[in-house]
Amino acid sequence: MSIEWYVVLSSLLFAVGAMGILLRRSPVVILLCLELMLNASNLALVAFSRMVGNQQGQVFAVVVMVVAACEVVVGLGLIVAIFRRKLPLDVDELRELRG
Amino acid sequence: MEEALFFVAAIGALGGAIGVVAMRNPFYSVLALIVHLFSLAVLFLLLSAAFVAAAQVVVYAGAVMVLYVFVVAYVGGGEESAWDSIPGQRFLAPLLGLAVFIELAIAVLSSSLIALGTDGPEVGAGFGDPAAIGKLLLEKFLLPFEASSILLLLAAVGAIVLAGRRESA
Repeated sequence: MSIEWYVVLSSLLFAVGAMGILLRRSPVVILLCLELMLNASNLALVAFSRMVGNQQGQVFAVVVMVVAACEVVVGLGLIVAIFRRKLPLDVDELRELRG
Repeated sequence: MEEALFFVAAIGALGGAIGVVAMRNPFYSVLALIVHLFSLAVLFLLLSAAFVAAAQVVVYAGAVMVLYVFVVAYVGGGEESAWDSIPGQRFLAPLLGLAVFIELAIAVLSSSLIALGTDGPEVGAGFGDPAAIGKLLLEKFLLPFEASSILLLLAAVGAIVLAGRRESA
């Protein structure tokens, strides 16, 4: 398969993730859509690293995976904290920080 | 063979992604993401990135998804309300997603990377295996490696501070 297919698939997955973030209001699902976007970028990184024949892109993908894991841990901690305070789990209701 | 595997994995990845967005219940969204992640691991294997594929399955589909399942079970998979808070949100969001895809597709198609249309150069059997990636991580990318370990530690401490039980609250 030519590398083009992988890159186009990754941009399609990124677009689906971006659409999900715009569409959904539950913070958990928004975090899941963020994962979709990060994974799409990972696919592009690995595809380009295969295209160049160089493994450094794969190291980038591993580091992106670490950052995604950190983001999930902090995000889920926030969601649990919101739930403990009996606040609504809806990004439209949680607008206290809005200017 | 490779083409068939690519299309099966691509359909799995895309279907999983659409499932994450379309499912009303967050629990089903998490399950759809697991399908997506496994299909993505197959794609990584096709791109001869064995270590990244293994890390994908172990770290993502194994550890991160278990965390998600626990939090969704704790918070409760409440369905979201059906009304649009921004008028026409249900209609505008797919339109903007499509715009993002068209923009990215134009960027790919108009790029002058000639190698984009090829399968990539021939690589040996050791390309992307744990030994090669580990050597790169511990020699050339030692500083990012250590920085990511500090980041993981900070995230773990932050999660405990955020979600820890408070006596007064």
